Amino acid sequence: MTDSLTSRPPTFYDEVVAETLGLAENLKTCLQCGTCSGSCPSGPDMDYSPRTIFAMIDAGMKDEVLRSNTSWYCVSCYYCTVRCPQEIPITDLMYSLKRMSIQAGHYQEADLDKAPEFSETFMNFVENNGRSFELGIATRYHLRYHPLGAIKLATGMGLKLFTKGRMDITPTKIKNISQLKSILNKAKELGGAA
Amino acid sequence: MNDKKQIPEQLEKVGVYICHCGSNIAGTIDVEDVAKWAKNNPNVEISRNYEFMCSNTGQELIEKDIKEKGLTRIVVASCSPLMHEKTFREATERGGINPFLFEMANIREHGSWATNDKAAATQKAKALVNGAIERVVHQVPLEKIPVDINPATLIVGGGIAGITAALELAEAGNQVYLVEREGTIGGHMAQIDKTFPTLDCSACILTPKMVDVGQNDNITLLTFSEIEDVEGYIGNFTVKVRKKARCLIEELCTSCGICEEKCPVKVIDEDYGAGLGYRKAIYRAFPQAVPGYPVLDKDNCTYFENGKCRACEKFCPTDAIKFDQEDEILNITVGNIILATGYDLFDARRIPQYGYGRLPNVFSSLEFERMVNASGPTEGHIVLRDGVTEPESVAIVHCVGSRDQNYNEYCSKVCCMYSLKFAHLVHEHIPEAVVYNFYMDMRTPGKGYEEFYHRLLKEGTHFVRGRVAEITDVGRNPAEEGKLIIQSENTLLGKQQRTPIDMVLLSSGMQARHDSEEVSQLFKMGCGFDGFFTERHPKLAPVSTMTDGIFIAGACQGPKDIPETVAQAGAAASQVAKLINQGTVMMEPVRASIREDECSGCRICNNLCPYNAIEFDDEKKVSRIITALCQGCGTCVAACPSSVIDGAHFTNTQVMAELKGLLWDVQPAPQKTPA
Amino acid sequence: MKYGYYPGCSLERNARAYHDSTMAISKPLNLEFVEVDDWNCCGATEYIALNKIPAFALISRNLALAADQNIGENLVAPCSACYLNLKKADHYLAETPDLKQKVDTALEAGGLQYQPGSINVQHLLETLVLDVGFEAIEEQVQKPLYNLKVAPYYGCLVPRPAAMDSFDDPEHPISLDKLIEKLGATVVDFPLKAQCCGGHMTQISEDTALELIRHLLKNAADNEADMIATICPMCQLNLDAYQDAVNARFGTDYHIPIVYFTQLMGLAFGIPAKKLGFGKEIVSSRAALEKISDEAPQPVKNSKKVQKTSSLPMPIMIEEG
Repeated sequence: MTDSLTSRPPTFYDEVVAETLGLAENLKTCLQCGTCSGSCPSGPDMDYSPRTIFAMIDAGMKDEVLRSNTSWYCVSCYYCTVRCPQEIPITDLMYSLKRMSIQAGHYQEADLDKAPEFSETFMNFVENNGRSFELGIATRYHLRYHPLGAIKLATGMGLKLFTKGRMDITPTKIKNISQLKSILNKAKELGGAA
Repeated sequence: MNDKKQIPEQLEKVGVYICHCGSNIAGTIDVEDVAKWAKNNPNVEISRNYEFMCSNTGQELIEKDIKEKGLTRIVVASCSPLMHEKTFREATERGGINPFLFEMANIREHGSWATNDKAAATQKAKALVNGAIERVVHQVPLEKIPVDINPATLIVGGGIAGITAALELAEAGNQVYLVEREGTIGGHMAQIDKTFPTLDCSACILTPKMVDVGQNDNITLLTFSEIEDVEGYIGNFTVKVRKKARCLIEELCTSCGICEEKCPVKVIDEDYGAGLGYRKAIYRAFPQAVPGYPVLDKDNCTYFENGKCRACEKFCPTDAIKFDQEDEILNITVGNIILATGYDLFDARRIPQYGYGRLPNVFSSLEFERMVNASGPTEGHIVLRDGVTEPESVAIVHCVGSRDQNYNEYCSKVCCMYSLKFAHLVHEHIPEAVVYNFYMDMRTPGKGYEEFYHRLLKEGTHFVRGRVAEITDVGRNPAEEGKLIIQSENTLLGKQQRTPIDMVLLSSGMQARHDSEEVSQLFKMGCGFDGFFTERHPKLAPVSTMTDGIFIAGACQGPKDIPETVAQAGAAASQVAKLINQGTVMMEPVRASIREDECSGCRICNNLCPYNAIEFDDEKKVSRIITALCQGCGTCVAACPSSVIDGAHFTNTQVMAELKGLLWDVQPAPQKTPA
Repeated sequence: MKYGYYPGCSLERNARAYHDSTMAISKPLNLEFVEVDDWNCCGATEYIALNKIPAFALISRNLALAADQNIGENLVAPCSACYLNLKKADHYLAETPDLKQKVDTALEAGGLQYQPGSINVQHLLETLVLDVGFEAIEEQVQKPLYNLKVAPYYGCLVPRPAAMDSFDDPEHPISLDKLIEKLGATVVDFPLKAQCCGGHMTQISEDTALELIRHLLKNAADNEADMIATICPMCQLNLDAYQDAVNARFGTDYHIPIVYFTQLMGLAFGIPAKKLGFGKEIVSSRAALEKISDEAPQPVKNSKKVQKTSSLPMPIMIEEG
């Protein structure tokens, strides 16, 4: 970055807080102590540490935050949340950043674009069947995005799971799928994009 | 004081003064409007608003109006009575009327500071002022009550705060009782090796003072003793002290130490030794203990377990051991009390991810103080838990339990400095060791403190900015095997960092004593949610409490270092000395009285009185209040089933008139017509 | 005792052993599990990453069904992710009026409604430890698992439910340790017992996941565990199915079977291994199970904790539990 930072536009911070449940306004009280980033199991893979992300949110660096891979590397282990000395719901904030990144159309620029793709494949199955379906999700996800991975899957672990009777060939469908679809369609109307 | 007779037959002439307090009040409340509105009350003779009522000019305004306009009552609407009630009462008195014909309305703390809503604040100010006006017309002249001050003082806690306060008072010629829970005075300071930033040997500067306490004829030292009960009020406290049995006749003991030497029982020394060393079942905490005679620990003594052993008794050259000694109860009377009960160290076991108690080479700060001390269990050698291996690398972890909503929210103030001191001591003892300080923010305000930080930077300590996330012994690669690994973010680099080291020192914060709430109840004074005792005013009365005659000093009021503790102890001593010199104080005439002719003699009030100020007249079969003992708390007033007890300055008429005044704009609820 | 039962997608197939063993132990423990009829997927950790309101509506359909089907107010989920999602939805619906209003409207479109707080979501471990209790479990032990060294593995989502009180310590949980001890097995020191298995990272960033799985396997192996007992299908899958990949990547040779704690309970209760889903694990547990002996081992102190005479005393720990 060649430009120096200008004053903090407050809107991005407010957007992030509004998108998050629980005590998200505690984000204001971040002490920049780094407990979250020190606790993070996938922290070393992130381009910005969670603490840095919070400083960037405060500085209004919306594009940089939503393009970063930080939230996509979150494994949802909640260590940051229980250890944060200011009781900031960090794991939930990471989920908010994921959603905002998709909505802003930025996620493909993060170097972990597989993550949203996996989530979307997974949920397509759930939306259509009511249940998830490992084999279907994995093959479709890999065929669509990572064909090499699909071959590995079919010959390696997938095969093992299959022979152990731990993988279905066809998905299970719930009885009242139309009810679920009505609920989810209504929820999507109320909940914005995606 | 019959309520019924207090209804004024003719109108009073009340002067009302609304203070701007600069913009503190006038910035939110429309003071002119409130003053103008107050004139509507028929009892109000004059109503003004003024910039600073507490200034000389403001006070003179009241005096002048009383004299010129013949005012009979005064109301000032300004700040809290805690700040200026005294000021305005005196102005009222100088004007020529009884100071208890003055009433104060708090429109700052209860009004302008409580909201930004100007209209609502103004409306509330009107209600508060009206309540005060309606009340003041029912107030009656009262006279203050003189109370003699007993010149003896009780000091609770024999750490550096209690020692300092005791010596200040005793050396000025006053009688002091110094009560200490442990077997010796000295407190935490006696456990510490060196003091920052000057690196004085803690014992070297403390023990001469301890000796002075032991030798001063004006100090009655009661160690291994606890306060059981406190009665009375400023100038006249009666305190019940339990002097626990040491199983030793103090007059016979020569402090020769043979009993300690011969005792076969070895237990972990949890108190003075911080759990790092051992002591005997009969022991002195340390050789320079004051008093010098030992304490017998009944819980661990073989004789008390199975009736055998008696080694100490057999070998004692003066037959001082007395197994069947009983606790002694002493009742002492004092005029003032100083609480100097100190602090507890935050227990790092509460943070499991730091591994204290689970990972052997994680040490608490007090363990390290004992270890690095030449008279400690390792004779000053810094070693791992195995007792022999010198660490090649040491990590010092700041903010353990501090600045954390999960534990203590506050900054404990002393830990950055003592962490720097630890780093220095490691460098000094093991020059080739690598030393890390993991810190959130480096806080070194104090004389010579920042300079000490610079010194440590020069000594080569590695400072890593970032709160430690976890400490583990689970290595991921050969470099980490067999080490402790500190996992944190290096926040200046934005990178997660795993630092393999041999030894961890946890810089725990200070917290209130575990029993501070009970102690505050015993002495009938306040403590905050965090357990620290509450001072009367955070800036202007830091060692006084809301209870007259009870003062606080040192870490029982909040985390602080030795210089600050000593300064507070001196301040508390001078507050007490002032009262002793005065000899007499004037007390508020807020007292209860019983209308004897209407008393049914049910005696309900007798046992409720927390000050034992109610006696029962067996002949007349009525209860009577001993005015000198009554503190005006109002318990009996509320409890009396016949409503024949009056609380002066808080009569039913006065309180009801104030309420009526407050609720002037409340309309009675419309009657519902039945369907 | 009667409980609503929410198996979740994993227990239908991939974690069938978990379901089968749960059913097998329920009988001797007098537990009646009534499955929520026509339940749907909880969304795992995926839906919440896409869209907030649909994610909560998806979960809430299950709560609404459970409340509607008269199967009692306690709903037991053996899967950690299902447990957290159900519990979190109930919690946030109660505390966020705006969320509740939107979810209500969505549920209404399907003819359903749910009042937060009417269902008490429990993880299976919680039910067994708190409701059944260690004593009742111990009473059912017929074939103690003597000599079997087990590393108890909790993972993340049960000990650390965000913003909600957990029934165990979020950093150093002990309930599973105690339960396994009651079965007669030896619990090994397993400091990483609440660390992450990598979650869905096995699908997204294998490098990240394999490193995390390696830490766990190494820690169990270093402490000489015969097997790892899990409470979560995701943890089981990652540690079991990716063990080969870890060995290939890092040149290690781990063969640590990963079983569900309920399988061990069933075994100790004397239920045949077949009925408990043994054999479905990819890293075979056969060799480990053969170590079980009829005789109780001599109590040996962990060598790490033995104090030499020259050593300094350890801080006294407050009584656990």
